[in-house]
Amino acid sequence: MAVQGDSTDHQWVDDHAGPVVRPYAVTGGRARPVTGTFDLISLVTAVRQDVSPEVGLGPEHLAIVGLCQRVQSVAEIAAHLDLPLGTVRVLLGDLVSRNLVRIHEPHISDHSIFEAVIHGLRAL
Amino acid sequence: MDYGHSEQPAGTVTLPTAIKILVAGGFGAGKTTLVGAVSETRPLRTEEVLTESGVGIDDLAGVETKRTTTVAMDFGRITISDDLVLYLFGTPGQDRFWFVWDELALGAIGAVVLADTRRLADCFPSIDYFEERGTPFLVAVNCFDGARQYRLDEVQTALNLDPEVPVLLCDARQRDSAKEVLITLVEHAMKLREARRNAQ
Repeated sequence: MAVQGDSTDHQWVDDHAGPVVRPYAVTGGRARPVTGTFDLISLVTAVRQDVSPEVGLGPEHLAIVGLCQRVQSVAEIAAHLDLPLGTVRVLLGDLVSRNLVRIHEPHISDHSIFEAVIHGLRAL
Repeated sequence: MDYGHSEQPAGTVTLPTAIKILVAGGFGAGKTTLVGAVSETRPLRTEEVLTESGVGIDDLAGVETKRTTTVAMDFGRITISDDLVLYLFGTPGQDRFWFVWDELALGAIGAVVLADTRRLADCFPSIDYFEERGTPFLVAVNCFDGARQYRLDEVQTALNLDPEVPVLLCDARQRDSAKEVLITLVEHAMKLREARRNAQ
């Protein structure tokens, strides 16, 4: 019976059940990052290949570092980790303050960028 | 440091520049379809959770206990080159989430407004928004099966658009058609930028 009980429990923890941990729990109740604003398309890259668990870092922090071994936008991180943007921004603030990730803010495009986009789209 | 195995090694000095284009229009106009037609990945979804105070005037009759609202945005990515990545964001359909639009529109190079001629009025709020904000935009008439075909100048008149705003037909499901829409938008945005610079 105990085994059956376990399998019933697991049935509730599928994609439709929603997050098992509430977003604020992931951030320790914080709604705003300690540093940075993090545009949706700010690009994030990990500074180091591996980060060992340390005090103040949760599994979501480590997941971001893992994901950002390849350059990712803030929006992509949120989508891949299935976390709300606000939560991801708080976590990124923690990682920036520990110098574990670098952020490249989008900047106002100059003329050459427009041409590069047009050429790039034509070549698709 | 050795990151030989990864395509875009972490920790290197140059990071690509990211730019974005918005895809707006009424519910069911084909925003996510267009994003998916050109994106190199299937469209991703990101969510912003809003507390009550963040939501504008709203009829919450019968749902008094509702404390948060989730606004979902679908988006796609096109890697133009090693140092340029284009993101396409579908705007949230609910027109009341204007402050989410403000965040999306900030720094965007332009917007595609998808129109469905069966429900042309659905794209009015998007057009008003981009006109007011000064965001370069065009109107792409998504050709749905069974929809009556209108001439582009009829659509232009019906939407009361500035003559300089491009209006074109598209099939949001077709990659080439979606590409053409984006190229036309970027060309238009570039032209406007030059005109504004010369006017200064």
